[in-house]
Amino acid sequence: MPLIKHNAFVENTFAHVADDEALPDGPIVVSLKRWQAERETLAARNAPLGVRLSSDQSPEALGADVSHFALIELEFPKFRDGRGYSWARILRQRLGFTGEVRAVGDVLRDQWLFMSRCGVDAFEVRPGTRLEDFRAALAEQTVFYQPASDRIRNVLDLRQSRTRAAAE
Amino acid sequence: MYRYDEFDQKIVDERVTQFRGQVARRLSGELTEDEFKPLRLMNGLYLQLHAYMLRVAIPYGTLSSRQLRMLAHIARKYDKDYAHFTTRQNLQYNWPKLADVPDILADLATVEMHAIQTSGNCIRNVTSDHFAGAAADEVDDPRIWSEIIRQWSTFHPEFSYLPRKFKIAVPAAPKDRAAIKVHDIGIIIRRDASNALAFDVYVGGGQGRTPYVGHLIGEGIAAGDLLAYLEATMRVYNQHGRRDNIYKARIKILVHQIGAEEMRRQVAAEFAEIKTQGALALPQAEINRIKTYFADPPFDVLHDETALLAAQKKQSKAFAAWHDINVAQHKASGYAIVTISLKPIGGIPGDASADQMDLVANLAERLSFDEIRVSHEQNLVLAHVRQRDLFDLWQQLDKAGLATANYGLITDIIACPGLDYCDLANARSINIAQAVSKRFADLDRQRDIGELKMKISGCINACGHHHVGNIGILGVDKKGVEYYQITLGGSGDETTSIGEILGPAFGEAEVPDAIEKLVDTYLGLRQSGERFLDTYRRVGIQPFREKLYAAH
Repeated sequence: MPLIKHNAFVENTFAHVADDEALPDGPIVVSLKRWQAERETLAARNAPLGVRLSSDQSPEALGADVSHFALIELEFPKFRDGRGYSWARILRQRLGFTGEVRAVGDVLRDQWLFMSRCGVDAFEVRPGTRLEDFRAALAEQTVFYQPASDRIRNVLDLRQSRTRAAAE
Repeated sequence: MYRYDEFDQKIVDERVTQFRGQVARRLSGELTEDEFKPLRLMNGLYLQLHAYMLRVAIPYGTLSSRQLRMLAHIARKYDKDYAHFTTRQNLQYNWPKLADVPDILADLATVEMHAIQTSGNCIRNVTSDHFAGAAADEVDDPRIWSEIIRQWSTFHPEFSYLPRKFKIAVPAAPKDRAAIKVHDIGIIIRRDASNALAFDVYVGGGQGRTPYVGHLIGEGIAAGDLLAYLEATMRVYNQHGRRDNIYKARIKILVHQIGAEEMRRQVAAEFAEIKTQGALALPQAEINRIKTYFADPPFDVLHDETALLAAQKKQSKAFAAWHDINVAQHKASGYAIVTISLKPIGGIPGDASADQMDLVANLAERLSFDEIRVSHEQNLVLAHVRQRDLFDLWQQLDKAGLATANYGLITDIIACPGLDYCDLANARSINIAQAVSKRFADLDRQRDIGELKMKISGCINACGHHHVGNIGILGVDKKGVEYYQITLGGSGDETTSIGEILGPAFGEAEVPDAIEKLVDTYLGLRQSGERFLDTYRRVGIQPFREKLYAAH
């Protein structure tokens, strides 16, 4: 699957390792179950590590362990399953995760923007996806009422600035 | 009422452009109907039995005359000269063409309106008290808080793919006119011991196939923390609400399964953290900004027109009846609250023609500070009418068939569109509403019966609120034939209760007789001053059951 990160196509350097597969060298992604079973071994490896969370797995299961990961993948089994949006916000805000949060699975064009607002910064996309469509989808809305996990200034901030500017 | 600033306007304008693109992709075949479905549903566009249906949001049921005129214009230009007001204070067009919908939304945007989040598994249009700003018993105008919630919930990135739809209602009076305890979240605004605003948050009420009354989960939440508390509740639901079965996906099922105490604990934990982060704390300046839009209109200092009204009532018996039934007390002396019934005898509950909408818009502009309300009971309200203008107003309404005197009476029926329009329905609703309305057409008889809330749904989704009808009717399908199950004793006010099923369902033709028997039973049992609901609560269901099924 093609991968878009920070508005550009990038190569996926991580290899997925099944639970019963031997650990290869280089960057890998494992399941939460494997991380929990082989935490010491995996943490001792000298290569970037990722974990894949299914949509019913809260990142709170990782707790302070998030610091071990360069990548956390959030699975969207069906586009209607919106738990990942909360997982992304919990990762960014509660657990302070600063690595890559990647959305994988059944994700629609019209969901990229909201995911991005929740803290997802990398997207597996359908083959054939054009970068200009991705950029256009993210630019369809530019004004937001509520704070989220992005750094966009929301309407409350903008209104306060307007009030201050008017007072000066 | 609230007016958009440049940010509100831009959000709606960008949405129109975005949806225009989505419709173009659908029409060109780039999107399949399956892929288009979630997109159109986020914008209130349903595919019904015969055509698309567009649901327009009327936030907390408040409209200006200009907005109502635009709704009439759209009905004429793009639809069949009428529209339908719903139990969620929204408006539905039943016959729009897909290719026209972007233009309809563009027209709506010119009057600060939209169809955002009127469907889909997201936070829906916030509803409120249709007497807000006019009722003497309210502690604050609930529309201030409804607007704050509307903004926070609009395009909320985290809560747009919830397990199921989510409905919030916000009144601010001890008398509940918004049925808050059968909402996913119902918020009652009150004043605490120090006279500060305090928000009681009820969670997990709802109708549908498993009706529940909401639990008090957040008690006395401070104004500045309201959004943080709501975000906490939503996050608990988004994480833990069931996604394996759409019939068990509403928050009421989660609350029922984990219990109110556990729900309270989980929400409190999220709330504590969101509060610490601080980003959702409501700045007082923003509360004040929104509050100014809901300041009282410039009421004249008037005295009650007791003598004038008495004379006018003497002059016209019809006016007297309408005044007694459809006019409520206003907080300012010399003013009145007028309910315009959209339930003419034998008519379709909630429907209004484009001409009627224009007339009401003009009357509101002239006589009620340019403001109209839509009630969840599918009527319109002019909230601020001078008592001395009532007779004039009544005459104008009467000419247009809008002066039916039946507010709160047995013919003021709530009904969903049912199988005449809706592809979820099992049976028609409108036919039953019309038949019962005709049976009880006699106004003296209706007045003798007194307050009786009758509500009809064409399927178990309960859009017609039958669970909280004093008499509720649910349409069911038995081997391709429409049958109607009757419930008794439901109520959607501050004493909320879910109706109890009487017994076997009735065929379409038998319903009016059955209702009549129930009403006669009540009339035989009632004690002085009792409403139908009071008698039912005193005697229980058994006497009604015995009378109704005795002959069977």
